[in-house]
Amino acid sequence: MVRNCREVKVRELRFLGAWDQPSDFVELTLENPGWDGYRPGQFAMLRPKHWGLELSWGRPFSISRADETSVTFFFQVVGRGTERLARLKPDDEVIIWGPLGNGFSAPPETPTLLLAGGMGIAPFRGYIEKHPTPEFLRLVFAHRAGLDSYPFQQLVGSVRAETVHEKSPDDLPMIIERLQDEVRGAHGGIVLACGPLPFLKTIQQAAREHQVRAELSLERSMACGVGACLGCVCKNGQDKHVQVCAHGPVFKSDDVHF
Amino acid sequence: MDLRVEFAGLVLKNPIITASGTFGFGLEFANFGDLKRLGGIVVKGLSLKPREGNSMPRIVETPCGMLNAIGIQNPGVEAFVRDKLPLLPWRETAIIANLYACSAQEFGELTGVLAGEEGVAALEVNVSCPNVQSGGAAFGQDPTQIRKVTEEVKKRSGGKPVIVKLSPNVTDIGLCARAAQEGGADAVSLINTLLGMAVDIRSRKPRLANVVGGLSGPAIKPVALRCVYQASRAVTIPVIGIGGIGSAEDALEFILVGASAVQVGTANFLRPDQAFRIVDDLPRTMLKARCEDFASLRGSLVVS
Ligand SMILES: Cc1cc2nc3c(=O)[nH]c(=O)nc-3n(C[C@H](O)[C@H](O)[C@H](O)COP(=O)(O)OP(=O)(O)OC[C@H]3O[C@@H](n4cnc5c(N)ncnc54)[C@H](O)[C@@H]3O)c2cc1C
Ligand SMILES: Cc1cc2nc3c(=O)[nH]c(=O)nc-3n(C[C@H](O)[C@H](O)[C@H](O)COP(=O)(O)O)c2cc1C
Ligand code: FES
Repeated sequence: MVRNCREVKVRELRFLGAWDQPSDFVELTLENPGWDGYRPGQFAMLRPKHWGLELSWGRPFSISRADETSVTFFFQVVGRGTERLARLKPDDEVIIWGPLGNGFSAPPETPTLLLAGGMGIAPFRGYIEKHPTPEFLRLVFAHRAGLDSYPFQQLVGSVRAETVHEKSPDDLPMIIERLQDEVRGAHGGIVLACGPLPFLKTIQQAAREHQVRAELSLERSMACGVGACLGCVCKNGQDKHVQVCAHGPVFKSDDVHF
Repeated sequence: MDLRVEFAGLVLKNPIITASGTFGFGLEFANFGDLKRLGGIVVKGLSLKPREGNSMPRIVETPCGMLNAIGIQNPGVEAFVRDKLPLLPWRETAIIANLYACSAQEFGELTGVLAGEEGVAALEVNVSCPNVQSGGAAFGQDPTQIRKVTEEVKKRSGGKPVIVKLSPNVTDIGLCARAAQEGGADAVSLINTLLGMAVDIRSRKPRLANVVGGLSGPAIKPVALRCVYQASRAVTIPVIGIGGIGSAEDALEFILVGASAVQVGTANFLRPDQAFRIVDDLPRTMLKARCEDFASLRGSLVVS
């Protein structure tokens, strides 16, 4: 698979969410940097060309979807990098290196449960689009912000999907229980999960308990994205430090020690 | 234009070397540029036995720089020699091993493993381990220890050039450079990271699990430039400049104050092809500076 570092132009930047509210949810589409494909679950590092030296690193984002001409990312504004990314304009140049990491398994004709928490929905858009037997997929999406803040509508119709809305912290026990039930029900198939750490921990525990095959996509602050700086490690099943950017970001559930 | 530099028995295609810990084992960057175009590659710090390194979080971005406390995670020197070195283009580009140990004896043993390796062009000695026997201060903060470690490595280096990498966390960098020279070093490289810290007022926790870490990047460039200037005047052996170098212009600045070559570290994180781009930019930048060759630029700073 072609992996490179290129300067490409912004094609489109779209704010998601209610039309009358300022939004922190952004869909960013760039020119395709000459990749010959990617595996859903892989990510890329982005750095607008005009960024000065005050920011030392690029920023990692899951590849949400890609075709021959474009690559789309989906991100939430959470800090100084994403704030700046949200100010990009069409034709601005962005340095992009990828596709990076390993990606999710996509076994055909296998009941596959996709568990997305918040921004964790990003990689599943391309996953569903590219899956050889999408009729075997089912998505459960736990979210906090309004549904229209996420690329959810684009998925409905192509796959069976349900949502769980966390309106307040009081909803958390209900969500945890739901996730546990979902994982148990996936016995015999496979569970793929992407979301915040507590979400992944719940799924890991349930998968272990009910002996369900699961894969988890991890997040870490990243400086290089290519396995060189050793700043993004997690502990694997043997309790050894491995780079999330190079050995992940997707890990077999049993192969991560939180 | 001739970009070659020769010093300490090394002949480099150009003075751009990638710095230890920021360029992995080089192979991680093979997709983004031709490794053979670099003047040299200093690999991740190597220890006698594999090391797991520190707990997470290990890195924080800071304005114009970053803090790291990786803790020299590495697979051990033997795994490097067996699994990485054969894959590197060592005939075309100088592969420099970076040695990490916590006693003079351990440094000696580590050197012994690498001395006979044809693919290793030189040894760079990282003296930043706290020396438990002498009260916990790093070797690098004690000129006597620097000399002792240098002697030990030099004795067993099998004729390979020995570069001692100096810490800036000292009162007199010239004194440390001289200690390395007296110990028989063929060159010194500087600076390693500056000790720093970052905290989070909301969680009231340090941002690094190790609490303190090493500051690097453009934020430290003025300190690095000053150290290289002072060290160059304190010793007769060649000096390799490190610290916040991110462009060809930065590289020339370090050569101007006395460096024979430079290392690019944190700038590799701006984009993974940055070191290659700096090599590409050298001829143009030299023209702009009306500089015909590095030998005439080196140490030519005019101080009135
Ligand atoms: C493989 C991978 C894929 C990702 N995919 C997406 C995605 O599709 N959409 C999306 O919105 N975000 C994604 N992230 C998270 C995204 O990289 C961070 O939100 C972003 O880097 C924050 O940058 P910032 O400068 O705005 O925030 P900073 O100012 O750097 O930090 C703001 C807050 O975010 C935390 N943070 C910083 N970097 C990360 C990180 N990499 N992961 C988790 N927390 C972080 C910081 O600790 C801090 O609390 C992904 C991360 C990884 C590692
Ligand atoms: C993530 C990271 C890891 C590093 N690891 C090592 C190391 O293993 N051995 C070493 O001698 N220096 C190490 N360094 C220090 C660099 O080689 C360099 O001396 C320092 O970062 C200053 O240069 P810079 O500002 O160009 O990064 C590391 C630096 C960083 C940022
Ligand atoms: S981000 Fe550098 S090793 Fe993963």
